[in-house]
This record gives sequence, structure tokens and C-alpha cells, in this order.
Amino acid sequence: MNTITLTTPLTEQKAQSLSAGVHVLLSGILYTARDAAHKRLCSLINEGKELPITLQDQVLYYVGPTPARPGKPIGSAGPTTSCRMDAYSPLLMEKAGVRGMIGKGDRSRQVIDAMKKFGCVYFAAIGGAGALLAECITKADIVCYDDLGPEAIYKLEVVQFPVIVAIDTHGNSCFAKRYC
Amino acid sequence: MKTIIFKDIARHTAELCIKANTELPGDVLSSLEASLRKEKNELARSILATCIKNAEIAKEEKTALCQDTGFAVFFVEIGDNVRIAGGTLYEAINEGVAKGYADGYLRKSIVKDPLYDRINTSDNTPAVIHIDLVPGDMLKITLAPKGGGSENMSALTMLKPSDGEQGVIDFVVNTVVKAGANPCPPSIVGVGIGGTVEKCALLSKKALLRPVEEPNPDKRYARLEAKILKKINSSGIGPQGLGGVTTALAVHVETFPCHIASLPVAVNLNCHAARHVSVTL
Repeated sequence: MNTITLTTPLTEQKAQSLSAGVHVLLSGILYTARDAAHKRLCSLINEGKELPITLQDQVLYYVGPTPARPGKPIGSAGPTTSCRMDAYSPLLMEKAGVRGMIGKGDRSRQVIDAMKKFGCVYFAAIGGAGALLAECITKADIVCYDDLGPEAIYKLEVVQFPVIVAIDTHGNSCFAKRYC
Repeated sequence: MKTIIFKDIARHTAELCIKANTELPGDVLSSLEASLRKEKNELARSILATCIKNAEIAKEEKTALCQDTGFAVFFVEIGDNVRIAGGTLYEAINEGVAKGYADGYLRKSIVKDPLYDRINTSDNTPAVIHIDLVPGDMLKITLAPKGGGSENMSALTMLKPSDGEQGVIDFVVNTVVKAGANPCPPSIVGVGIGGTVEKCALLSKKALLRPVEEPNPDKRYARLEAKILKKINSSGIGPQGLGGVTTALAVHVETFPCHIASLPVAVNLNCHAARHVSVTL
């Protein structure tokens, strides 16, 4: 398998160089966000207000972790279903500069079109492998929306976090046309 | 009459919550290992191997297999000679869920109102509790924590009796294909056929409790299960929707008599972290 290593933040050039199907070991910072956090971020953008975090060239990870046991940075932390974020993702690419997304499952046509237009890449992490993925997270701090519990936005530090380029910035997809 | 103490039920329930979420059942693990031996697709093989490794880490570290530690769904069989001292069965189970999800560092994923007040209840209650009254003096509690991703891909239809076996096959296969990568394949496909609308849905969930690869005892339905599984696994969806022949580990059909006018079919999908555990008091 073709595996490469990458460090976040991702520049547009780095994102553009990734092809669907490539295995990537990501290191650096990821920001977590699920449905409720996406809704809040997009509301702020629509109201013309400033976001609580800078997302230019950052990678969002769709995850709501379990609580950390004492001595651990985080609990189980695998991806959630990405299509629930489809309604929000294009706006975050266009207005906030989000460069990468990590989740599980396919994306909508609108999201893929926006990825091509704004140079954003979609990675798949392995759903249901939350215990294994947590081993690659070395630090987790809540940066905003604490009231959302598991849906708060965390800043994660990751080391060689395994993902697959599921849909690249050119719209090539690992999910396409496999189904009967 | 046998008396079972409220606190004992709560304590055992809490233990079930932790065990279910950190230890993959042996039948599911064996099935993943068998799939790995059969799977040729390189990416699919690496995903299956990751799922197996994940189960090892979860057990060792007592970390949840999946961060979605689910809705706590209980199937309870209570003997008609059992009396509960100190409170109701519902209260005991909910107390156990709150304790188990706190002590086990499990995620609280329940909001108190589905539409207007989506505020987290903070202790993963209330549980969904199905109770069957059975003869005897035993209390059997089965917990099957159910993740949202796979639950969201479930479906129910009221077929016409004339749609027959082909209608059932088409509906189940289309539901799985439409779900694609979302329910975290390889999945377990629970199918309910017959009954009324709510009975049928419940059958499809109960079907997920049967040990993986144990066929329906009725040979006709065992053949139907095999036929549907073959079709699903030829779809090419594969583990995580990234290709391969392992889209489902098993199809389990459960049935109930039904009305002369009806042929209800329900499909309840479970992810590869197909958790279920029981205790008998």
C-alpha cells in the first residue's frame, strides 16, 4: 500500500497533491466538530461574526470522543458519519478556509463540487476503530462549545493518525460506482 | 416467589454497560477473522485487520471499542415468579446505565427531546427497555448498545403479500446498498418479517442478538439469509464502503405471523462493533 506522511496545517498545494486511495499518516493539529458545532460555526458565518477558532488550512475531524480515563488524553475517538455535515461543509470551505475533513462514509455532490472549487480533501478514518485511533492522539483540549459535551470542539494533537484519501481535491473518489 | 434486590439489578446493569462497550463478542471477532481469510482486496484486508486490532486494544485498555457507545437497548426476560424489592425494573436499569456510563468512561449520547430541546441528558438515560414475561423465577438482562450511524440506516416497509420472497430480498439488499459506508460495514443485517409495524421493527433488532453466522432454525429462512448475504457481499461496498467482498458478516431473519393483507419487512443494521452481552440473575 502506498503510504505517505503529512503534517497539518495543510496548504492548498499539499492538499492538491493527494490522490484518492492513498494512505496517509497525519501528524499535527486536528479540530473536532460534529453536527452541533458545525451548526454554530455556520450560524456565526451567516451572521457575519468572527469564528472562535481560525480554520484556514486546518483539518476538521468529525468525532465525539468518549471521556478520557485518568492519565489518558482522550477516550475512544473514531469518526462519525460525514454526510450529516454535508449541509455545512461547503460554507466552511468557502468562508473559513477548511482544507481537510476526516470522517466516514461518502459525501454529497455539493460537497465534492465545493472540495474541487476550494481545494479541500476528504479523508476516511476507520469507523468503529475508536480505541485504536485514540492511541494516535497525544493531547486533547476543549477550545470552545464546552456545553455540547462530546460535541464540543477539541484541539487534538495527533501523531501518525491513519487515514485514507477517500475523495481528493479533483473529485476522484474511492466510493464511486462500486455499488450494484 | 423469588425476590431480586433493586440494587443488584442496577449493579449488574452497570457492569453490562462497561463489558458490552469494551469487549467485542467472540462470535463477532471470529467472524471478522474468517472474513479476513476470505477477503482478497488489499484495502479491505487492512481495514478488517484494524478492526480486529481495535478489539484487542479496547479490551486491554478498557477503552470503548467505538466512541459511539450508543443508545442502551435492553431485552429483559422476567420470570412470572420474580418480585423486585426496592423499586421498579425500569428504575433499576436506568440507574445502572447512569452508573455504568459514568464509571466506564463511556459517551453520553442521548438528548432529552428529539426535535425542540436537543439537550444531552448527561448520563445516557433513558435506556430503551423491552420486557418479556416468561415462566419461572429467572431475570435475564441483555444489553445491546446501539450506535447512531448504523441505526440511522435502518428501514421498514409494508410490502404487498404478492411481492413475496423477491420483494423481501430486493428491499433488504437495496437498504444495505443505499446505506453504503455509513453503517460501518462489515455490518450485521437484522431483518424482521411479519407481525405489525412495531412488532416487525422489534424483530429486526432482536435478530441482531443471535450469534453471528448461526442460521435461522427454519431451513427456508436459513436459505433466504444465505441468498441475501451473497447478494449483499457481491455489491462491492466492502469494509467502510471502500471496496471488497465483506459488506456484511451475517444476515439474520426473524419472523412472526402476520395479517392476511400484510407483509411487513424491517431492516436494522448493526456495525462491525456488534455489541451484546447478557446476565442472568
